[in-house]
Amino acid sequence: MAILQSNLRRLIAARAAGLAGFLAIASCLGYGQAVNSCLDCHSAQPGKLEVTPDKFSQDIHAQKGLTCVSCHGGDDSSYDPAQAMSRKAGWKGKIDRKQIPQLCASCHSNPTYIKQFNPSLRTDQLDQFHTSVHGKLLAAGDTKVAVCTDCHSVHDLRPPSDPRSTVNPVNVAKTCSRCHSDAAYMKQYGIPTDQFANYSTSVHHDAMVVRGDLSAPTCTTCHGNHGAAPPGVDKVQNVCATCHAFQAQMYQKSTHSKAFEDKGLPGCVVCHSNHAIHMPSDAMLGTTSAGVCMRCHAPGDHCDRARAEILGNLTKLDFAIKDADQAVRQAESAGMEVSEARLAQDQARDALTKARVTIHSFQTALVDQDIQAGMKIAAANLKTGQDAMVERNHRRIGLGICLIAIAFMLVGLWMYIRQIER
Amino acid sequence: MLASLIRWLDERLDLEGLIAPFKHKTVPTHRFSYWYFFGGVTLFLFIIQVLTGILLLLYYRPGANEAYESVQYIMTRVQFGWLIRSIHAWAANLMIFTAFVHMFSVLFLKAYRKPRELTWVSGMLLLFLVMGFGFSGYLLPWNTLAFFATKVGTEMAGQVPIVGKGIMIFLRGGPEVTGATLTRFFGFHVAVLPGLVTVLIAMHLFFVQRQGMSVPPKIEAEWIENPSARREMKFFPNFMLRELMAWYVAMGVLGALAALFPWNLSTKADPFVSAPAGIKPEWYFLFMFQTLKLIPSKVWFVDGEVLGILGCSVAGLLWMLLPFFESDKAGRGKALITGLSIFALVYVVGMSVYGYLAK
Repeated sequence: MAILQSNLRRLIAARAAGLAGFLAIASCLGYGQAVNSCLDCHSAQPGKLEVTPDKFSQDIHAQKGLTCVSCHGGDDSSYDPAQAMSRKAGWKGKIDRKQIPQLCASCHSNPTYIKQFNPSLRTDQLDQFHTSVHGKLLAAGDTKVAVCTDCHSVHDLRPPSDPRSTVNPVNVAKTCSRCHSDAAYMKQYGIPTDQFANYSTSVHHDAMVVRGDLSAPTCTTCHGNHGAAPPGVDKVQNVCATCHAFQAQMYQKSTHSKAFEDKGLPGCVVCHSNHAIHMPSDAMLGTTSAGVCMRCHAPGDHCDRARAEILGNLTKLDFAIKDADQAVRQAESAGMEVSEARLAQDQARDALTKARVTIHSFQTALVDQDIQAGMKIAAANLKTGQDAMVERNHRRIGLGICLIAIAFMLVGLWMYIRQIER
Repeated sequence: MLASLIRWLDERLDLEGLIAPFKHKTVPTHRFSYWYFFGGVTLFLFIIQVLTGILLLLYYRPGANEAYESVQYIMTRVQFGWLIRSIHAWAANLMIFTAFVHMFSVLFLKAYRKPRELTWVSGMLLLFLVMGFGFSGYLLPWNTLAFFATKVGTEMAGQVPIVGKGIMIFLRGGPEVTGATLTRFFGFHVAVLPGLVTVLIAMHLFFVQRQGMSVPPKIEAEWIENPSARREMKFFPNFMLRELMAWYVAMGVLGALAALFPWNLSTKADPFVSAPAGIKPEWYFLFMFQTLKLIPSKVWFVDGEVLGILGCSVAGLLWMLLPFFESDKAGRGKALITGLSIFALVYVVGMSVYGYLAK
């Protein structure tokens, strides 16, 4: 019986060892992995034909279970080139550029299909593309224009949320500039090629790239992405208004809105430029080279006087806030409790910002309302800071008197002790 | 007028009989006598705390939505509110400082020896309670630093094996530091702790009065060798007047600190923001905090933080029971305790400075 049990144990051990060995060898040989003859061959192909498994594994489509066959057709289970790339097996070969949007749309315009991967993904890209300058030129036979793969990349296409994606907000401007900054490539279209260079100096680029604010505008924010087109000259303010709503409301009601429209001037762009939008400053109201008003208005006219008045008031409020800041800071560093005034300073700063927004109404009375509101708060805070310093001095005088009284008490006590101990 | 009032009271209450023991009571006079004053100064600061605390209670409102605003109101709108709050905060810190000085002076002058073991134990309990006052009072203004320091502090209590979680929930009034924690700490700060401390102070003073002031063994030996060198002074009025001078000096220091460096209020606590970088507890917890920081996350198989907290608790308990480890006879035990005392002082000061400077 004991011999039987011993043999049985040996048998079980041998079987376990054999199974482990088989699994180890099988895993080394790649047994169990799906066969992909396309990648196996194309990994070794030169130049543009090279697609390695590593590159393709980065692609969102590969990650969602799609293969080469999904776009190119063919039979990726066969290592016989004649079978793998046979028309019979539906092989399409290199996709013609004209056909790319349609091919992508075969899935991306199908809401039912797309929903299973990403329910929030839009399915109107092809329709949008047809309305774009790119789409219209492509339809007219121009194959130089951008199609899906030019912007989104191919075989290693990443979702826009991936910072390495060519269409991640941070990278969009660079992606557009690949064509739009290439003077030779763009020559036949007769449009400028300095957009990227200008955008790189703008406040929007600074917000997006330097400060990492992904909500800041890039090319597609103003021009659209799949339906990319330049905004109409008279409708530029509508584009800017999507973010700068209050400025746009003020501008729409202003005298400038009608005057610019009549003269065919592009609204906001007249003063702020388009791609090279710099941080606006009060100097834009000045008469130096940074000033914009005097480009159209004559010195001494009604508008020039209004400009000077607004600039003067803005400067006054700016100085009043700085003075109050200094007074509050000084009181704070002296240990005085002025946190309410410090908070209220934000309200004064808000009033200044509001006044700068109200400038777009081009009405001195409206701007002055905001200025006066800010001046009142700044004046109150300045007083709080100054009062706190006066209070600090009173405290020190009080302390001095108390310390003298204590010193007298100590001397008196010491003398009394000396007297009773004599 | 005053004399006739005292005479009137004396006829009815026998005041003479009441103060007679103090008139006969004497205090030994020697080159270390000034260390005696620190106990009295600590008591004086406690009295200041009680008085300013009562004044603050007139305006303070416990509650996550009101506490900060009420302290802000005290600091900016209430007449001399800034002074009362600054004195309360500075006196709290000075009280803990003088309590530590008093503890170490008693230790080095060997005043804890038989028959004064109970005086030492009650004093140590008072020191722990005073630190509890500091911990509970620190949260009451409901500012950012206090909020996160309390979060860290109560989390540490939660690391104690078995009972830790329960202690943490009891202290916080729930799983997180919220308004419930604030009202709970307020309760501890103005009701529970003052009650306990008052009873213990009464016991501590009773022990001191019954046993008199201890004379350091070295001085005692000198006096035995040379009896003519023995010096004493009357407790009342001679010692009391000197103590009064010490209280005046403490009052001057306290007033100067409060007037020149009013206690900061900082910003209101926001439980939804992340903790500010490099957050540290109050200076009197720094030596323990730094010790916990230096212990590796795992020591053998025990969690480092648990080990640190248990170590600090055991060390505190043994410290409280220190007099019971010293026998009457001179020997290695006494030398060991002296060595331990020097080590403890160097360790507490060193770790506190290290903790203050560390990032």
